[in-house]
Amino acid sequence: MSSTKLDDNRRTGEDRDARRMSSRATKVLGWATASTLALTAVMALVISPADVNMGDSVRLLYLHVPTAWLAMYVSFGVTTLASALYLWKRTRSRFWDLTAGASAEIGVVFLGLTLLIGSIWGRITWGVWWTWDARLTTTAVLFVLYLGYLAVRKVPASPEAQSRRAAIVAIAAFLDVPIVHLSVTWWRTLHQDASILDERRLLDPQITGAMAWTLLLGVVAFTLLYAWLLIHRFRLAWVEDRIADRQIDLAIEERRAEATTDDRSAADALGARTPSAEVAR
Amino acid sequence: MWRDAVLVAGKDLRVEARSRVGVNQVVPFALLVLVVFAFALDSDRVTLVSVGPGLFWVTVVFSGLLAIQRSFVIEADDDARDALRLSGLDGAGIFLGKAGAIAVQLAVLEVVLAFGVVVLYNLRLHGAVMLLLTCAATTVGLAAAGTVYGIIAAGLRVRDTLLPLLVLPVLAPVLLAAARACDAALAGTPSEGWPWVRLLAVFATIYVTFGVVAFGPLLEES
Repeated sequence: MSSTKLDDNRRTGEDRDARRMSSRATKVLGWATASTLALTAVMALVISPADVNMGDSVRLLYLHVPTAWLAMYVSFGVTTLASALYLWKRTRSRFWDLTAGASAEIGVVFLGLTLLIGSIWGRITWGVWWTWDARLTTTAVLFVLYLGYLAVRKVPASPEAQSRRAAIVAIAAFLDVPIVHLSVTWWRTLHQDASILDERRLLDPQITGAMAWTLLLGVVAFTLLYAWLLIHRFRLAWVEDRIADRQIDLAIEERRAEATTDDRSAADALGARTPSAEVAR
Repeated sequence: MWRDAVLVAGKDLRVEARSRVGVNQVVPFALLVLVVFAFALDSDRVTLVSVGPGLFWVTVVFSGLLAIQRSFVIEADDDARDALRLSGLDGAGIFLGKAGAIAVQLAVLEVVLAFGVVVLYNLRLHGAVMLLLTCAATTVGLAAAGTVYGIIAAGLRVRDTLLPLLVLPVLAPVLLAAARACDAALAGTPSEGWPWVRLLAVFATIYVTFGVVAFGPLLEES
C-alpha cells in the first residue's frame, strides 16, 4: 500500500510541475509567435511587391531565409554550445544534453524545410530542382551530419554514456562545418552571396522597403517560433526522462515487494502485488 | 604516448596480417568496386579517365570503412576492449596506434588501387609529388576521422549501419579535395591543386588533434 501512496504524491508533484512549466511566459511567447507568423504571411503574400526579376516566386524566400537562419545558425549553434557546456565538467548536467537534442531536432526539421522550399524556388528560377552549388552542397552535408547526430542520440545506452557520446559527435560535426563550407565554396558557386550578413551589403543594401521589412519580420517570427518549440520539446524530453526514472523506481519497488512477500503467506502476497500492478498499468 | 601507439599499431597490424581478412576480402572488394563502376558508367576510355580520380577516392573511402570496422571488431571479440581499457596504455597513444594501423592498411590499399586504376581505366600518372602528398594527407585524415567515429560506434548493436551514416558526411570534404587535387596533378596544373592539398592537411590536423583529446573518454564508455 505504501508504494501507491508514494506514487500518488509524486504524481501530484509532477502535475504541479507540468502546470508550472506551461507558464504565462510561454503562453505569451506562443501568442507572440503566432501573431508575428500571421503578420509575416500577410506581409509576404499581400503587402510586399513581386520582384522585378523573380516575380511572385520571391515570396518563397520569405520562408526560405528565415528557416535557414533558424536551422543553421540558431538551432545548430545552440546544439553546439549546449554540447560544449555538457562536456565541460563544471556545467555538466542533463539539462544541457536535453537542450542540445531538442535544438538539433528542430534544426533538422527546419533545415529539411529550407532545402525543400529552396528546391521549389530553384525549379522556378533556375529551372532545376537541385544544383551542385556550394551553399546547397554544404547545406545538404550539414543536414546529413545532424541526421547522424540524431541517430546517435537514439542508440540505447546508459543515459550518461549516451549523452557524452552525443555531445562529442555534435562537437565533431561542428568542427567539420567550416571545412565542408570552404571545400564546396572552392568547388563551385552559383548561389547568390549573403544578402544581409556581408559588410558591403550592409552599407549598400540591395533589398529595401517592404521586402526588407518582410524578411526581417520573418526572421523575428521564426526566431520566436524556435524559442517556443525548443521550450516545449525540452519539456517533453524532461518529462520522458522522469517517467523513465520513475519506471525504474517502480520496478525496484516491485522486486522488493516480491522479495518480502516470499516470506509471507500467499494471501498477503496477493494483497501487496495488486496496487503496484495497477500503477504499472 | 608514442611507445603505446607503436604497441597498439603493431598489435593491430599483426592481427590483420595473421587473419588475412584485409588481403582476402578488403582488397578484392576494392578492385571489385572499380570493376562495378566501369559497368555502371559507360566503359569507354574517355569517361573513365575523366572520372578516374573521383572513383579512386570513393573506392578508397568505401574500402576504408571496412578497414575501420575491422579495426574495432577485433576489439569486440573476447572483450578485448576491456583489456585495452585496463592495460594502462595512454588513450591518445591507443588512438594514434589504431589510426596508424588503419593508415598503413589504407596506404597499401591505395597502392593496389592505383595499379588498378592505371590498368583498368588507362589513367596516366603525372605530378608524382602532388599525388604522393595528397595520398599522405588524405590517408591520415581518413584514418583519424574514421578512428574517432569507429570508437563512437564500437560496441553498439547498430554499429555496422551507424558508422557509414556518421563518417561519410564528415569525409565529404576529404573526398572532394582529394579528387580535385588528383585531377589537378594529372592534368598538369599543380597550381590549382595546392589549395586542396592544404585543405586535406588542415582536415587531417584537426581530426588527429580531436582524436588525441577525445579518444580517452570515448574509450572509457564505449
